[in-house]
Amino acid sequence: MKAKDRDQSLSDSRELDGSYDPLTDSIEDDFELSTVCHRPEGLDKLQEQSKFTKKELQVLYRGFKNECPSGVVNEETFKLIYSQFFPQGDSSTYAHFLFEAFDTNKNGSVSFEDFVAGLNIILRGSINDRLNWAFNLYDLNKDGCITKEEMLDIMKSIYDMMGNYTYPCMQDDAPREHVENFFQKMDRNKDGVVTIDEFIESCQKDENIMQSMQLFENVI
Amino acid sequence: MAAGVATWLPFARAAAVGWLPLAKKTMPRPPVDKKSRSDEILFVNVSGQRFQTWKNTLDRYPDTLLGSSEKEFFYNEDTQEYFFDRDPEMFRHILNFYRTGKLHYPRHECIQAFDEELAFYGIIPEIIGDCCMEEYRDRKKENQERLAEDNEAGEGGDAPLPPNSTSREKLWRAFENPHTSTMALVFYYVTGFFIAVSVIANVVETVPCRPIIGTVKDLPCGMKYSLAFFCMDTACVLIFTFEYLMRLFAAPSRCMFARSVMSVIDVVAIMPYYIGLVMPENEDVSGAFVTLRVFRVFRIFKFSRHSAGLRILGYTLKSCASELGFLLFSLTMAIIIFATVMFYAEKGTKGTTFTSIPASFWYTIVTMTTLGYGDMVPNTIAGKIFGSICSLSGVLVIALPVPVIVSNFSRIYHQNQRADKMRAQQKVRLARIRLAKKGCTNAFLQYKDDGGLQDHDSGSTALCVKNRSAFEHQHNHLLHCLEKTTNHEFTDELTYSEVCMTESLGYRTSRSTSLSSHHGSSTTCCPRRAKRRPIRLANSTVSVSRGSMQELDTLHVQKTTVVPQSRSSLNARTEDLKLNCDDRDFTAAIISIPTPPANTPDESLPTSPAFPGILRNSRSTTFNPDTVKISSL
Repeated sequence: MKAKDRDQSLSDSRELDGSYDPLTDSIEDDFELSTVCHRPEGLDKLQEQSKFTKKELQVLYRGFKNECPSGVVNEETFKLIYSQFFPQGDSSTYAHFLFEAFDTNKNGSVSFEDFVAGLNIILRGSINDRLNWAFNLYDLNKDGCITKEEMLDIMKSIYDMMGNYTYPCMQDDAPREHVENFFQKMDRNKDGVVTIDEFIESCQKDENIMQSMQLFENVI
Repeated sequence: MAAGVATWLPFARAAAVGWLPLAKKTMPRPPVDKKSRSDEILFVNVSGQRFQTWKNTLDRYPDTLLGSSEKEFFYNEDTQEYFFDRDPEMFRHILNFYRTGKLHYPRHECIQAFDEELAFYGIIPEIIGDCCMEEYRDRKKENQERLAEDNEAGEGGDAPLPPNSTSREKLWRAFENPHTSTMALVFYYVTGFFIAVSVIANVVETVPCRPIIGTVKDLPCGMKYSLAFFCMDTACVLIFTFEYLMRLFAAPSRCMFARSVMSVIDVVAIMPYYIGLVMPENEDVSGAFVTLRVFRVFRIFKFSRHSAGLRILGYTLKSCASELGFLLFSLTMAIIIFATVMFYAEKGTKGTTFTSIPASFWYTIVTMTTLGYGDMVPNTIAGKIFGSICSLSGVLVIALPVPVIVSNFSRIYHQNQRADKMRAQQKVRLARIRLAKKGCTNAFLQYKDDGGLQDHDSGSTALCVKNRSAFEHQHNHLLHCLEKTTNHEFTDELTYSEVCMTESLGYRTSRSTSLSSHHGSSTTCCPRRAKRRPIRLANSTVSVSRGSMQELDTLHVQKTTVVPQSRSSLNARTEDLKLNCDDRDFTAAIISIPTPPANTPDESLPTSPAFPGILRNSRSTTFNPDTVKISSL
């Protein structure tokens, strides 16, 4: 139903049940209109745009739709879902950064297409693609380079997810130290920021990281 | 873990790409999911109940889920049907909408469940037919009100203050919620007592007492014992002033507080006293002064802070303002009409009391409220007729708005009672939620302990681990990745507090006691767990012959990696592992403390602050389970 028709039928129903009271000249909006329902592109189109099979897309969509019947995820729901996987710590900040990374068109909500696009890069993309995506996640203001402050925010959000009860006891400067480590490794020209090229180059040279890419086998 | 989010797990695992470049360690291999995802789908099968309908029926509303291409996401080619994992009862109503064009609201269903179903199928609630629309809207409004209340109750002042709140905030809190601290409670009762004393004093001082010896007239007690009453009054006013100033100081927004009703009552209650002090004993102004004393009775309203019922009454009156306004308006109309009529009816009579229309107001009011004092009575026949009409209509006019006010009061009163009950149950709920969260953590720690985190070669995993679902494997793997990223491990509260305590006490003691295990003794850093320890140690004494930290790593590792050196000993160990799986409570806590690495057992104990540093440096060599596996024995 197009928006116009919906409004039309809404006004009809309002007059019918007399919620419009001419005496007091106010429309009783007892409850807000039902939320906009977003529908993704057809299954075939999504299959073309991504490297997932039909079955995989079906499974993904069902989960998506169950949690967000309206078809889009807003940040609150996103944080809620993510927090269920990390009951000990506080995953809301990291979830916020993730949300920003998934929400490519910056409209405050993640639709199924955004979701599939993101997962496509991470799970079916090349190593360079993944590193690119990770860089995009870290670069909070999307200016093409990661500063120490941005990295510190990201690091703190990851450490927050661990919660209070860790072994060894979490020191306050653990994130900062980790950031220093990171910059030492990644920042080739020591100019205080890490650009995309430095990032990809350093990651490709790092054995640990390359080996860890196996993480994404069999996720879907 | 909610079943719904199981399908979001792939997303959460994909999101781990953000940890990858930051991780200090290599990420572990993901678990292999051997089970293929076979879906059992039937034709428009809603949770087992099969529905059949024409395609055209569904196509009637192309902007809903069933009418658009969105349902292809739910189609299964194998069984050639659409499967929805939703409530079949509700689906019946949804399908009827397609068939008849009218959506009905089933009265016995929960309004929220119904709303969720509608949202899922892409149907907006406004299409509900007229027959069911009113019920739907009423129930929805009721539900929303209840939810709003619950939220308020939840955020109510019973939550503990953040630790770094200023003394001002603490003071304000003590005033608003007296039961949070004993001091506040004491103050609450003291002020209540003084309000009562002050009001009683005001009342008693007008009672006539026996006259002073030498005079004849009766004096009010206030005059006779004027000094005593004055002292009592002073004391009360001092307390009230002090309380008011304290509240003013502690209030987060002083302007708003100064304008609030309670603050105005407070000021009005103490003003007369100060004005009386200031004013001289002058005959002219003493009349005005006497009037001011009337305001002292406002002190009784201060009780509304102490009594919830009084507040409810005030709130009810405020919320019934429109009904009260209507009552007043209609009464005024009736009074004016009848007063005019009575005046003109009685005008001719000699010596009548109906001297003017305003004078007749008194008669009308007394008659309409059925009081009937009898100080003014009509004498003419016309007057009597109109007088009777007046009293009959009075009953009607007053009786009409009263039930509305009563029902409002009843509703608000019950809401308030429910809020109190909610608050009491909230604590239980929170405790249970906390327990569930802890259960989840313990599950992960248990999983680690059972050896779930290393490669699942065939036969090398314990049964209890294998029997875990794929979801659990993957979720635990995800948590393990996070551990590797930050180079810290998850532990539970108990272990954490103990480890931190031992760290602060001095590292030496804990280490030496835990090391003494290699002599086969059962002392550990946690003496009360000693009972369990021997079982483990017995199996690993072979490897604990060296006096180095490596052994204890091995000790730890053998419990987790489950891969000793030979296959034969492997079989022998499955007994032990089964043992691991049985005792749930202790093992998770014990085993997850990896003993910190160092090369010699007794000397060069790192001090507490350097502890993490040493851990980090030597982690790469000793703590990585893979390498230890190789190096042990």
